[in-house]
Amino acid sequence: MTQQLLSQAPAQGVAASAAVDAVGLYKAFGKVHAVNGIDLHIEPGEIVAFLGPNGAGKTTTIDMLLGLGQPDQGTVKIFGHSPRAAIARGQVSAVMQTGGLLKDITVRKTVQLTASLFANSQPVDEVLERAGIRDTGDRRVDKCSGGQQQRLRFAMGLLSDPGLLILDEPTTGMDVEGRRDFWQAIRADAARGRTVVFATHYLDEADAYADRIILLRRGQIVADGTAAEIKNLASGRIVRATVTGLDQAIVAALPGVESVELRQDGVLIRTKDSDAVARYLLNQSNATDLEITSHNLEDAFVALTSDEGSAA
Amino acid sequence: MSTQTAITPISISNERNVPPLGGFNFTLLSIEIRRRLRNRRTLFFTVLFPVVMFLMIGLQYMDTSVEPHRTVAQGATSVAAYIMVSMAVYGAMMASTSAGGAVAIERAQGWSRQLRLTPLTPTANIAVKIIGGLSLGLLAVVATFVAGAVVGIHLPVQVWILSGLAAWLGSLVFTAMGLMVGYLVPSDNVMQFMGPVLAFLAFFGGLFTPLKQLGGVLEQIGVWTPTYGIGEIARAPMSGDAFNWLAVGNVVLWLVLFGAGAALAFRRDTQRV
Repeated sequence: MTQQLLSQAPAQGVAASAAVDAVGLYKAFGKVHAVNGIDLHIEPGEIVAFLGPNGAGKTTTIDMLLGLGQPDQGTVKIFGHSPRAAIARGQVSAVMQTGGLLKDITVRKTVQLTASLFANSQPVDEVLERAGIRDTGDRRVDKCSGGQQQRLRFAMGLLSDPGLLILDEPTTGMDVEGRRDFWQAIRADAARGRTVVFATHYLDEADAYADRIILLRRGQIVADGTAAEIKNLASGRIVRATVTGLDQAIVAALPGVESVELRQDGVLIRTKDSDAVARYLLNQSNATDLEITSHNLEDAFVALTSDEGSAA
Repeated sequence: MSTQTAITPISISNERNVPPLGGFNFTLLSIEIRRRLRNRRTLFFTVLFPVVMFLMIGLQYMDTSVEPHRTVAQGATSVAAYIMVSMAVYGAMMASTSAGGAVAIERAQGWSRQLRLTPLTPTANIAVKIIGGLSLGLLAVVATFVAGAVVGIHLPVQVWILSGLAAWLGSLVFTAMGLMVGYLVPSDNVMQFMGPVLAFLAFFGGLFTPLKQLGGVLEQIGVWTPTYGIGEIARAPMSGDAFNWLAVGNVVLWLVLFGAGAALAFRRDTQRV
């Protein structure tokens, strides 16, 4: 009795639980270590992208967050509950890439059926409206386009008004316009305070729609931060300036500087701290036409996830 | 007019309930049953086929008595009545197998994985399959019995009820078999090969021809088929024979075997998905 009371206390406690709290996740399939030591902490309201090449462990991680796969080691808590308990309470839902739909019933019946499974669910018409498929409600699922089916999955995911929505490569196979509309719907919905976690291999999607990007490689997190932070992390920035009489040794000793190339008309400096370099050049030399260029996310992605990038 | 759009405050509640009965509800059940009824192939084999078979084979034996010393006119049961009950058993068995086997289609379409992202528990889902199979099975039994009554089969009321109940509830053995196969086979249309298997079992279990007519080795093998026990029990109220413990043992054995098989196949399936 006492134990039961104690175990219930944290869930209703004053401090809001993290949307995702995963500690020390490991999962192997035979000899392949799909997830090799991942810790995740996601606060309510964040929009987080899992970015990584195929086989990086994105889907395996998501499956463990949803309780579809059991970690070999480690624990997952969703709003302070086990994944299965969080699903039973409608606190987490997911939009999967393919499948998961009965072909022989209509869009509306599918949503009604799913709604009937939850203790509390949003009105069916409202959810169809928010997913932008209210006028396709009477169409049979097998007559729907890929984009419409994906919106249907999204509608099903919204029914329980979950605090956490997980999307596994949600726009694969959609055209550019479909992807944009889909993300607009997600963004608008997330403004209500929903936590969104999505896996993608589209860099521009992660860049455009996530507040935070978690870069995965070989089952481990290799970078975690805003898009700008990750771009920096990979290879820093390049500072160019027209300058004469520069002391190469002093520049090379500045914090974060990786290389200094003196050229006929100036200097080219690779650095992780472009501010320090710029400050030095502008204050301590006759530098003009100073230019700072950053790498794009794709460069960062390639640098951080390629095999030579981080030979252990 | 303000240019700022109203921002809905954080309104997503964390105070949630788990649905009662593992998510089992009548919306789910009614959609399940409607889906079964809309499937023409299922309807053909569960309702139309047994009725047509009864009329084609049974009708000519309306006046043939199963008893050597009494005629049908003197109150004996006709061979036609035996065939009617056997066909009802066959229809109910097809209905249950296809209801259980539907999990194969749902697995192939990824629906079972989708259901794992809802509060619906596997037990509640299987309960829906069992009730769906029983509903369609009841339709098959009633349709065959109505056809029998219309062409003039006369039986005491309690015989109609007892035979009907046995044919209907005995089909649970085949729900279990359908579930087992459904969780084992990754097929979009499990009934395409289960249909012939069931016809084979029905033949060697004595549903189409009395086992005694097959005779010898076939008869000895036949009593072990999962169709034998149910057929015997369903026909027993008509014959007034002594209680057939072999038939009861047969039903219990197969129910346990298929039930355990379905449970094992289910566990294997959910661990992999």
